[in-house]
Amino acid sequence: MMVLRVAPMGNLDEALLAAIVESLRHGYGVEVKRSAALGEPGFAWDGARGQYSAPLILRHLLDGVAAGSGKLLAVTEQDLYIPMLSFVYGQAQLGGQVAVVSIARLRTEHYGLPPDEELLRVRARKEALHEVGHLFGLVHCPDTSCAMALSTGIRQLDEKQPSLCAGCAVLAGEGRNAMRDGE
Amino acid sequence: MKTQWQILVVDDEQVMRDSLAGWLGEDGYTVETAASGREAIDAARRKDYAIYFIDLKMPGGIDGIETMMEIRRLHPDASIIIITAYATVDTAITAMKEGAQEYIVKPCNPEEISMLVNRIIKVKNLQRENTILRKKLTRQYRFGDIISKNARMQEIFTLASDVSSLRSTVLIQGESGTGKELIARAIHFSGDRAARPFVAVSCAALTESLLESELFGHEKGSFTGASTQRRGKFEMADGGTLFLDEIGDISPKLQVDLLRVLQERAFYRVGGSDEVRVDVRVIAASKVDLREAVQQGRFRDDLYYRLNVIEIDVPPLRNRREDVPLLAEHFLERLTPELRKEISGISEGALRLLMDYSWPGNVRELENSVERAMVTCRGHVLTEDDFAFLTRPGNGHAWTPPDVSLDEMEKLMIEATLDRKDGNVKEAAIALGIDRSTLYEKLKRYEIRR
Repeated sequence: MMVLRVAPMGNLDEALLAAIVESLRHGYGVEVKRSAALGEPGFAWDGARGQYSAPLILRHLLDGVAAGSGKLLAVTEQDLYIPMLSFVYGQAQLGGQVAVVSIARLRTEHYGLPPDEELLRVRARKEALHEVGHLFGLVHCPDTSCAMALSTGIRQLDEKQPSLCAGCAVLAGEGRNAMRDGE
Repeated sequence: MKTQWQILVVDDEQVMRDSLAGWLGEDGYTVETAASGREAIDAARRKDYAIYFIDLKMPGGIDGIETMMEIRRLHPDASIIIITAYATVDTAITAMKEGAQEYIVKPCNPEEISMLVNRIIKVKNLQRENTILRKKLTRQYRFGDIISKNARMQEIFTLASDVSSLRSTVLIQGESGTGKELIARAIHFSGDRAARPFVAVSCAALTESLLESELFGHEKGSFTGASTQRRGKFEMADGGTLFLDEIGDISPKLQVDLLRVLQERAFYRVGGSDEVRVDVRVIAASKVDLREAVQQGRFRDDLYYRLNVIEIDVPPLRNRREDVPLLAEHFLERLTPELRKEISGISEGALRLLMDYSWPGNVRELENSVERAMVTCRGHVLTEDDFAFLTRPGNGHAWTPPDVSLDEMEKLMIEATLDRKDGNVKEAAIALGIDRSTLYEKLKRYEIRR
């Protein structure tokens, strides 16, 4: 059976990780395992931008996984970017093995508001579902309530549901089966 | 579906290419990358991408602006977005002047890229739908080169298609410019003679003797100037179709000759003694009513009945106004590459003007008008101003005779004049150019109350 592993990069709140694991198990019907913590992504630090490079993190993760060994979602506290954009909530290989999610901009404190752990967990579940969806070959969904909808801001992310729409759920199943057959 | 739209990302830095390509790929687009301007131009030669993201600074080769200009030459409609990390007013102006659709500074907000791409794709989707719809409409309402959605014309298309492979003569009647020759060609080219010649002769253009020689050919020395034997149009059309336009204009002698050819499928060249046999399908056309010409003794009745085995009456354009927009758009599309103009459409106001016009010259006049409007048009859409020449005095615009009898017309005129003159019979008579007693008689006759 296909295994999806979730690994924190550095120290992260266990309740948050547990919520992500449960969300992925329920959302994709795959075995989800909590893996040991990976190190902080210092290797991806860009001093000029004051952020961490998501592509470099993905490359690092890919170096550490064997082909056919399932999929890996890393979770980090650090703010991520890709060279073209000012920030990303996460990044994934489309139809690939590795993805990373950042909770830096999911925290309400980032927007000058008091901490809200429950809202952080909901947002983290949505973003995890989104990036893992890309691992199963899903692209952005035009249904703004679907977890696969593109979020370019926190408002759009909050508008999404922590679940896939019916169409994406079917496609995810097909993606999952295709990849299982290819293992 | 987004995957039908292909995007090319051009940047000398791999991490930049991969990250943007990955981002757009997640959004459902099919993305290819090029590491240099040269590579990008080679790619653009192979296919036309929906959007090009081109980095401004690409050292060691041609830069972003030069790449963009070359891609523009290959694909004038390309949507090009210049990306730069070094924003200056000069480069921004240059980029836009040379044809960039947008100019963005990296790193940019994800929302910015997303909205930009969505906006461009939305317009392209609409343009594509519009093109498909126009092509669909044209195909649906097309027979050969003739386009119409008029019910009567659709019947003609069906009839023409049914008779296309028969040998029976066809007589097409209709005003000038209604497409009689196009119908004849459509009949020929949709039948089993399509691979054989289609030969057209204008019977009105030549004198009797020249027309005789034109149709039947002549032997050497048969008349002054006949220095060699010459094959006529009947021989040239052997196995195919001979189209005789303006058949109503031929002389009585030629009517006899033509009748014989139609009956016996054989003729003699001018000055010749050898019979020439041909297998020709004859389609004739006339703008005059041949039935009337027969009644008036100007056209032989036996020839008329020989020609009129299959009769097609083409309605004038003013009786099928629903075809005006369809035809106008068709001519616009056909003439655009010829005239090398970037005109994307016809405004609502212009279409209304075209629909109101009486089109005495029918479809030919419409085609000429569209061409004239396109030549003088300074914008990207044909407007009422471009068709203003149609509304000038002497252009036949604005008044189409109503479909009423002469007496009804007179009655309407009298009523309108009386109304204008507030019921004053004396003044109304002066305005109508008749004396008062005549007007009183007409008031009584038409039972018009003052």
